[in-house]
Parts: sequence; C-alpha cells; structure tokens
Amino acid sequence: MNSPAVSESAVLAPAPPWREREWMVLAARLARRRTALFGLLVVTAVLLVAAFAPLISPFDPLAQDIGQRLKEPGWQEQQGRVHLLGTDHLGRDILARIIFGSRIALVVGLAAVAISGVLGMAIGLVAGYFGGRVDDFLMRLADVQLAFPFILLAIAVIGVLGPSLANIIIVIGVSSWVVYARVVRGEVLSIREREFVHAAIALGSRDGRVLVRHVLPNAFTPWLVVATLDMARVIVIESALSFLGLGVQPPTPTWGGMLADGRVYLSTAWWLATFPGLAILVTVLGINLFGDGLRDTLDPRLKV
Amino acid sequence: MKSYLLRRGWQSLLVLFGVSVVVFLILHLTGDPALLLLPPDATAEDVARFRRAMGFDDPVAVQYLRFLKGALRGDFGESLRHGEPAMGLVLERLPATLELAGAGLLIALCLAIPAGIVSAVRRNTPVDYISTIVALLGQAMPTFWLGIMLILVFSVRLNWLPSSGRGELEHLVLPAITLGLFTTARITRLTRSGMLEVLSQDYIRTARAKGVSEPPVVWKHALKNASIPIVTIVGIELGTLLGGSVITETIFAWPGVGRLSVQAIFNRDYPVVQAAVFLLASTFVLVNFFVDVVYTYLDPRIRFR
Repeated sequence: MNSPAVSESAVLAPAPPWREREWMVLAARLARRRTALFGLLVVTAVLLVAAFAPLISPFDPLAQDIGQRLKEPGWQEQQGRVHLLGTDHLGRDILARIIFGSRIALVVGLAAVAISGVLGMAIGLVAGYFGGRVDDFLMRLADVQLAFPFILLAIAVIGVLGPSLANIIIVIGVSSWVVYARVVRGEVLSIREREFVHAAIALGSRDGRVLVRHVLPNAFTPWLVVATLDMARVIVIESALSFLGLGVQPPTPTWGGMLADGRVYLSTAWWLATFPGLAILVTVLGINLFGDGLRDTLDPRLKV
Repeated sequence: MKSYLLRRGWQSLLVLFGVSVVVFLILHLTGDPALLLLPPDATAEDVARFRRAMGFDDPVAVQYLRFLKGALRGDFGESLRHGEPAMGLVLERLPATLELAGAGLLIALCLAIPAGIVSAVRRNTPVDYISTIVALLGQAMPTFWLGIMLILVFSVRLNWLPSSGRGELEHLVLPAITLGLFTTARITRLTRSGMLEVLSQDYIRTARAKGVSEPPVVWKHALKNASIPIVTIVGIELGTLLGGSVITETIFAWPGVGRLSVQAIFNRDYPVVQAAVFLLASTFVLVNFFVDVVYTYLDPRIRFR
C-alpha cells in the first residue's frame, strides 16, 4: 500500500509557491473592500482588548464599592478616578466589566466554532464523499438538529447539565455543525468528480487519504467563510444564555449577564443595559462585515 | 410529484422520530433522571422508590418506547409544579406564541420585501445604502438588547406603549418588532440579492425590449421569479421566530410557550420542558413540510426531481 501513495504525492502534490501567491492575491483583494477591512479592524480591536484586558482596564471588574453605586457615565470619584461608562448596582465599573466580558464572549465563540467546525467538516466530508445511505442518514440527522429552536434546546440541555463555561461551549459546539456539514458536503459532491480525485483513487490512495489530502483542502475556503459568520451567531447565543442566567455564572462579567442586571434598573440607570448591548452589537457587526467580505472574495456563489 | 411529496412526508416522519429521541434523551443526560426530578433533599430510599415507580430501572430502549407511546398520545406526564398534564399547559400557551411569531413574521414580510425590491431596483443610491445599513445592524443586534432598548425608549421614557403582558393590540407592538427585526434584516438582504440576480436575466431584458413598462417588469416578471427562495426562507425563519420567542417572551412577560419553558427549566419541571421542546420542534417540521407542498405548485421543476 505504501509505494502507490508515495508516487501519488509526487504526481499530485500542489506546488506551495503558487498556493502562497494565491493567498496574497486574495488578501489584497479583500483589503480593497472597505467594509470588510473595517470589520477586520473591529475584530482585531476586540481580540486585543480581550488579550490585554488587565492592562487596558481602568478598574478591577469585580471590585464592589457600594458608595459609588449606579453612578452615571463620566462620573468622577472624589479621588479623581473617572468611571467613563458609569457604575452598576454594586458600584463596579461598567467599562472594566465590558472589557473583561469580551474574554468570555471570544473564548466561547472560538472554542464552540472549533468544535462545530471540525464536527461539521468531518460529517460533510463523509456524507458528500461516500453518498448513498451514509449521506441519507447524516442529512436526516441534520434535519433533526435543525428542527429544534436552537436556543430552547440549548437552555433545556444546560438546565439539566448545569451552567459552566465547559458545558456552554460543548452544548453550542455540538449542536451547531449543520451549516458546516451542508456547505462542505455540497463542495465535496463536485470535488469528488474532479480528475485529481479520480487520479488519486486510481493510483491506489485509500479513502481517508483522498479525503484529507485532496478533498479537504478544496473544501476549506467555504468552510472558513461559514466559520467566520458562525462566530457572530455563537457570541449572540452565549450572551443570550448569560442573559437568561444560564451562562457563565456571576461574579464573572459577561455581556449578557450585565444586560440582565441592567434590565432591573432600566427606569433609573439606562447605562447599565445600554453599553454591554452596544459591545455585542459592535463585535457581531464587525465579524459579519469581515465574514461577508471574506465570502465575496473567496467564494461569491456561496449562499450563507 | 406524488412520489416527491411521499418521499418528503416519509422524511418528515423520520425527522419527527429523531426529535422524539432527542427530547427523550434530555432527561437522561446526567444518567439519572430520578435525581433530576426529585428535590435535592430526597432520601436515598425515596429516590429508589421513585425510580421503581417511574420505571427508570428498565433498559433505556424500554423506557424510550414507553415515552414514545405516551408522546404519540400527547402524554408527557404531569407537570411537577402544577400537577396538570404537561402538554395541556403547553397547548394553553401556544396561541400566545403563535400570535407573537405571526405578528413578527408579518412585520418582517411587510417591511423586508418592499425594502429589498427598492434596494435592488435603486441599486447604489442612498435608499439602497440606508436599507443595507439597517439590515446589517438588524442582523447584528441581539434580540434581548433590542427589546430592552425599545422598553427604555417607548415605555420608560415616552410612556407610549406597555412593556409587559398580553391583551390589547398595543401590547403586541414592542414584542413583535423585537422578534421580527432579525428576520426582517435577513429577508431584506435575501430579497435584494434575489432581485438583483433576476433583474440581470435575459427574459427581463426581453420584457423591457418589447416595451413592457418598468413597474410590471419589477413586480410581475422579476418578483415572481425571485419569490421562490423567499418562500423557503419563510419556512426556515419560522424556526428562528419560535426559538426567538423564548427570549422575547421572557423580556416582555408574554405568556407563551417560550416563557413557560424558561420558567419550567428554572423550576426543574422537566415534563413541561420536554412537551414544549417537542411541540415547537414538531411545529417547525410540519410547517416546513407544508412549505415544500406549496413549493411544488410555485416551481413546477421541483415536481420532476
């Protein structure tokens, strides 16, 4: 089994310099789209804020100070320290909590997308490549998954398992594979019929090798677009779970949890609920704009 | 066409079967449903007796068949909190949820289709830019924040509309807008791109060339052909709306299935949770089957697939 595989890589291995140049061309094309560039800027900014939260944050996000509770944005303490976005019902600085809240949003977003992305890629590859009964079964499974109102299933499962960072990531990750699987499957159906795949099979490559080495790289770009856009959806879901009290538990700051606190004080302190929501809006908008640009550059036919 | 519908019907049944398996498994996630259903201070003896009484000692397959038999008759057991049949409680709340989802969908269609068409026809004009920006914001805005901001402005500050409860039409306004905005944004973008695609087709050029004036070209020739993906997304968006109702109903204290299930989860009232999840998921499956039936009339090509 070994020798055909070796000759196969010699014949069919893609030349790396061309691949690199191709990516450069795509990057340049992406950079010409102003909205996509703006999106990338926002995403980078949020990533930096999350990474360097302790350095940027003006206050400890957990430090309570009942004397300074529910102070409006721009409030100056007697010692001269300014609460730019005001304080919450326990006297904690809102800006500091938003800065640290970005960590939960991004960790859940990245980890859940990684799980569902890998799962969906695997299912899509297998369904598209083998077809027939396997395909039928996996696609019905996708229909079952889609039949559930996502948030309701998520809160039911988390309600049973108990809210924790790991549970939230697993539940969102395991139940979000359908989009990936469908897009990858669609790509695979056409890649499967291409000459280089037939050639690899004719040269004696096993299915696993054909899938990983020849089919997967060609299904990667649409997968990447889906993953980017899905990240936005996951961040909204995480904050929705936190809002309902089923997310990462207090006192850890989460954008959704801050909103839930703010809702109680809506008539007296509007800033509690307003700013965390703006943080979600800006982050999600940035990811969406970047994802749209990525799609238009890499694969304009893709309907996601 | 008959065979296509038969196949779709069979597929829907399979999906419903899968839905029942998942709903059954919710209770078995932790391995011991007895501990989940009983209060934490129950003695080991109580737990053992309860387990025997509920049949939790039987093989999982036997338990599932028993569950399925009940589910087919709409019997999900009694609510642990209210002592009434769980499905009855959920069905009682269903009209409120359907009213809200229907209103959300109506708002979405009334706003999105005209906006999408105008955007496509007047491409790259200020109208197009404004509608595109609003659609982008609408897709990025979390439902619960939008709801809270609407309450802040229209209930707390202006005191124009009530912030909670169900009753008069004015109770419906804020929740319906909150629920419908995301769907509005999605359908606007879909309508715009669909119309742009259709407007560049040869048959549109032909229609214009033979002297058909602009309004019929847009509203008759183009919209009819762009409407097919819109019909599909309406079926799929219904899932978004039913799921979104969980959040929206919680914010506006709207007495529907979504709010009931959130309360049930916090009360550990799992029969109600199971009944609610099962009912909403089956509604979604049935609506999408119905959409497919409508589809075969709209697009004759599908009948021969």
